[in-house]
Amino acid sequence: MWAYEKKLEYPVKVSGPNPKLAKVVVTQYGGPDGELAASLRYLTQRYTMPTSQAKGVLTDIGTEELAHMEIVAALVYNLLKGAPLSEIKAAGMDGYYADHDRSVYFVNGDGVPWVAAYIQSKGDPIADLHDNMAAEEKARATYEHLINLSDDPQVTDVLRFLREREVVHFQRFGETLNIVQDFLDRRKVW
Amino acid sequence: MRTPINREELLLRIQALEFAALDLNLYLNTHPGDARALADFNQISAALAQTRKAYEQAFGPLMNYGHSLSCGRWAWIDEPWPWEV
Ligand SMILES: [Fe+2]
Repeated sequence: MWAYEKKLEYPVKVSGPNPKLAKVVVTQYGGPDGELAASLRYLTQRYTMPTSQAKGVLTDIGTEELAHMEIVAALVYNLLKGAPLSEIKAAGMDGYYADHDRSVYFVNGDGVPWVAAYIQSKGDPIADLHDNMAAEEKARATYEHLINLSDDPQVTDVLRFLREREVVHFQRFGETLNIVQDFLDRRKVW
Repeated sequence: MRTPINREELLLRIQALEFAALDLNLYLNTHPGDARALADFNQISAALAQTRKAYEQAFGPLMNYGHSLSCGRWAWIDEPWPWEV
């Protein structure tokens, strides 16, 4: 089961309301390569992983992604908090505002809601681990795009931390792939 | 003298204590002024901490991310996982 710790994994600060930035950052909340997708992907794939190490890696990274989801939510919440309607409109967030006001919802940068079809659980650990390595690289690339778009150095600092975590996750998944590959190869010889 | 402990039994005790604490937690969120519930919550939480400690000493860590020690070797990835029943 899960327990909640009443703190963020990394401190979040924003320089002020910024709906234009919120509009793009929200994709790491509910977009195709966002933290919800990452977390649910790993947490649902872990059941059929063939080694205990792989189960541990997916449990722990899947749980860390939940913490990242909270960090992204804290960014979006604070970037929208107190934002004047004129700025929300100018940012093209009036459609989002109509449905969600200044709350935090699972959409990508264009307002498309999250779908489970973003993720996969194949039951084939080699396919799943490659999928996860690709997911980490796509998340890294998204954070780099967001860093390019960011005009708030405090937000950029948080985005840099999250980008770095994707690099570490990619590394751990690569090692896990080797471990699982070895395990499967050994099983084939009898 | 230490009484022999059975993993299943200890886990069941943790599940019972933690569920009681969880449920009181929910109740206290909407009844923060209920002193009796608060006393129950604290008593159960203390018993829970003790039972968790006993479990972890015998059977390894219950939590990740540094909330449990792993003495001597890395026991976090020991089988079984909770869904392997
Ligand atoms: Fe990640």
